[in-house]
Amino acid sequence: MKGYTWRISLILIFIIASFVYLTPTLVDTLPSWWSGLLPKDKIHLGLDLQGGTHLVMGVETEKAVEGSLDLIATDLEDSLTQQNLRYKSIARVGNDKVQLTLYDRGSADAAQALIKKKYPDMQILPATDEGGFIGMQVRINEKEAQVRKDRAVAQALETIRNRIDQFGVSEPVIQREGLTNIVVQLPGIKDPKRAIDLIGKTARLEFKLVDETINAATASASSIPADDELLYEKRSDAATGAVSETPIVVKRKAIITGDLLTDAQIRIDSQYNQPYVAIDFNSTGARLFDQVTAANVGKRFAIVLDNNVYSAPVIRERISGGSAQISGSFTEKEAADLAIVLRAGSLPAPVKILQNVTVGPSLGKDSIHKGLMAGLIGVLLVVGFMAIYYKLCGMVANFGMVLNILFLMGALSALGATLTLPGIAAIVLLVGMSVDSNVLIFERIREELRLGKTPHAALDSGYDKAFLTIMDSHVTALITAAVLFQFGTGPVKGFAVSLSLGIIINLFTSLVSTKVIFDAYLERANVKRLSI
Amino acid sequence: MELLRNTNIDFMGLRKISFIISGIVAIVGILGVIAIGRGTANMGIDFSGGIAMQVKFAQPVTTQGVRDALGKGGIHEVELQEITGGNQILVKMHKSVKSAQNVEDALKQNLAGNAFTVESSTEIGPSIGEKLKKDTLIAVALSMLGIILYIAWRFDFKFGVGAVVATMHDVLAMIAVFYVLHKEVNILLITAVLTIAGYSLTDTVVVFDRIRENMHKSLKDPMFIIFNRSINETLSRTIITSVTTFLSAVSLYLFGGEVINDFAFALVVGVLVATYSSIFVASPIVALWEKSSEAPEAKAA
Repeated sequence: MKGYTWRISLILIFIIASFVYLTPTLVDTLPSWWSGLLPKDKIHLGLDLQGGTHLVMGVETEKAVEGSLDLIATDLEDSLTQQNLRYKSIARVGNDKVQLTLYDRGSADAAQALIKKKYPDMQILPATDEGGFIGMQVRINEKEAQVRKDRAVAQALETIRNRIDQFGVSEPVIQREGLTNIVVQLPGIKDPKRAIDLIGKTARLEFKLVDETINAATASASSIPADDELLYEKRSDAATGAVSETPIVVKRKAIITGDLLTDAQIRIDSQYNQPYVAIDFNSTGARLFDQVTAANVGKRFAIVLDNNVYSAPVIRERISGGSAQISGSFTEKEAADLAIVLRAGSLPAPVKILQNVTVGPSLGKDSIHKGLMAGLIGVLLVVGFMAIYYKLCGMVANFGMVLNILFLMGALSALGATLTLPGIAAIVLLVGMSVDSNVLIFERIREELRLGKTPHAALDSGYDKAFLTIMDSHVTALITAAVLFQFGTGPVKGFAVSLSLGIIINLFTSLVSTKVIFDAYLERANVKRLSI
Repeated sequence: MELLRNTNIDFMGLRKISFIISGIVAIVGILGVIAIGRGTANMGIDFSGGIAMQVKFAQPVTTQGVRDALGKGGIHEVELQEITGGNQILVKMHKSVKSAQNVEDALKQNLAGNAFTVESSTEIGPSIGEKLKKDTLIAVALSMLGIILYIAWRFDFKFGVGAVVATMHDVLAMIAVFYVLHKEVNILLITAVLTIAGYSLTDTVVVFDRIRENMHKSLKDPMFIIFNRSINETLSRTIITSVTTFLSAVSLYLFGGEVINDFAFALVVGVLVATYSSIFVASPIVALWEKSSEAPEAKAA
C-alpha cells in the first residue's frame, strides 16, 4: 500500500494547480475573492491568434553618427567665430569626418588647438594645402562612433516606448534585437497604419527662417546659396484629397529645434474649427524664440518636420512667453499624433521598417477555433483507437494523455508563455505522440504476459525494460525542440515552447501518473487477467 | 485487440528494394535543397523577402479578376492563390518595390463594387530573409550535431551514423515531396522538418534499443537475424505510435485551417517517412556495417 500515496498527492496537486492557473482563461469574470492571491492572467496569446502587428525596425545608426558630426561642425563654426578665427567652410564629409577649410597656417594651428581641447576623442588628420587654402580633416574614431550608434538605438527604443505609451496600446512589447534592430509588438491594434506612421516618424522639428530674397517658384536645389535649402509645403484638400506642393526656400540652419519643447497639445481653433498643435518651449527655447521673432518681424518663419514644411506663417509681432502653435492642413487624428511625437521627442536617427506582420482579429479568432477543433477531433480519434486496441489499459493511457494536455496548458499559463497557432499544432501533435510511452510499455507487458508471467510481474518488468527506451526517446525529441526554441521567433518559438514543455510533462505522466493507477489497481484486487 | 502478433518479416532481405526507393527520394530531396539554395524553389517570403496578404472579399472573386485589378494599378509580378472558404485570395509578391498599401489602393480603385478586408499582411525586407536563411542552416546543423553526439554516447558510432542517415533521409524526403508538389518552402516547413527529425530519431532509437538488447542476449546468432527479430518485435509499437501520431497530424491537416495547412501536411508526410526510415533505412545500414566488420573474424576462426 505504501509508496504511491505521495505520487497520488503529487498528481492531485498538479491537477489542482493546473486548474487554478487555467481558471482566468476559462472563466469570463473572476469572482472578487479570487484576485487577491490567486493567478489572474489569461494564457498569453500570440499575435497570430489575437490579431495585432509585429514590427522589426532597423535604426539607421550611420545617420546618428552623421548627425552628431553635423552638430560638431556647427559648434566649431560658432567657436571659431567667437575667437575671431576666419574660416572658409566647415562641413561634414562622408560619414565619419568633418572638413575645415581655413585661410592660413596660423588659424589652422589655432583651430587644431581648439579641436584638441573641445573634442579630445577626435582624431585630427594632417593638414593639407588645397590651392592656397589649408584643408584639415577631423575624424571620429571607430569606438566613439560605435558608442554613438549604440546610444542611438537605446534612445530610439525609449522614444518609441514613450510614443506607444501615449498612443495607448495595451501590453505592447518593445525590445532591442541584435545591434541595430528594435522589435515592436502591438496586440489587438485597430489601425496599424496609423500606429506605424506614429512609431516610424523621425519627428525632427525645426524652426527655420524663410529666405525671402529668393523666388522659390523658380528656384532649384543647385541655384540657391549654399546656406539655403529648398523644401516643400504639402497641403491636402480636405474635400478632394488632392495634394499640392508649394516650394519654399529656407535658411539651412535651424533656429530652434524640437528638443527645446516641454509640451505639445492638440487644440481646436474656435473660429475655423481647425485642429492645431499648441507647443510650449523651455526657458532656452522661449528666450531664443523671443529674440528671433523680435529681430524678424514681417518675415516668415517655417515650421519644418522631417524636412516637410508644415506651415510658414508671417511673424507679426515679437512673441515672448514661450508658446507657439503649429497649424497646417491636418485632420484631428493627425494633429493628435503630431502632438504625441512632439511630446515623446524625436528619434536620434531615422528607422526603417524591415518586417511588418499584421494579423486581423477575425483571422486570429478563426485560427483559435480551427485549432481547437482539430485538437478535439485528434483527441477523439486517438482515444477511440487506444480504447479499442488496448481496452482498459488503453483508457489508462488516454487518461494520461488528457492529464498531459491539462498540465501543459497549466504550465503554459503559469510560466506566462505565449500560445501561438503552431503552438496549438504542437499540442495536437503531442496528443498522438504522448501515448507512445504507454504503447511502448503495453507492448512490453504483452510480451511478458506471453512468456507466462503474472499480470503484476509483467507490468513491473514492462515498465522496467521500457524505462531506458522512454528516456532515450524523450531526450532525442528534446534536442530538436531545444534547437527550435533557440532559433525560432514568434509563432515558431511558440511551437517550440509547447513541444518541449509537452515532452517533459509527458515523461512525468507516463512514468508516474499512469503507473500509479496500475499499481493501485493491481494492489487492491487479486488480478488474474489484465485488460490489455 | 492485436494486429501484429509474432510477425516474422524479412526486413533485411527487403533492403535492396528499400535502398533503391530511398536513394531516388534522397536524390530528389537533394535537388530540392539545391533549388532552395539557389532560390528557384517556391520560396516563402520569409526567406525571399516580399509581401504576402490575405484578402477577404465581400462577393466572389476570381484570381483573374484580382490580377486584372492589380495590373491596372501597375502591380504585375504577383502570385495569386485562392484560399478555401469565403472569397479569400492570397496575394504574394517577391522582392517587390510595391507596398501592401499599393495593393490595397489598386484593389480599392479597380474592384470598386467589391468591398474587402485585409485579414493579414506580411511585409519582409530582404535583410531579414538573409538572416533567417543563415539561422536555419545553423539550426539544422546544430540539431544534427546534437543527435550524433547523443546517439554516439548512448550507443556507438555505427548506430549514431545509422540514426543520422535515417534522419537526413527523412529531412530530404520531406523536402522532396514539397519540391515535387511545388509547395511553399517557409519557416513553418523548416519547423516541421526539425520536429519530424526529433520524432524519427525517437522511432529509430526504440528499434536500436531492442537490437542492442538482443545482441547481448544472443551473441551467436547472425547479425541479420538479430536485426530482423528486433524490428519484428518492435514493429507493433512502431506502427501503433505512428497511427496515433498520424491521426493527430491528419486532424490538423483536415481541420486546422488554412494558415497551418502546409505545415500539417509536412507533419503527415514526415510521420510516414519517419516510420519507414526507422525500419528500412537506419537498421539495415547498421546491420551491413556490423556484418562487414564481423566477417573477417569469422574467417579467421
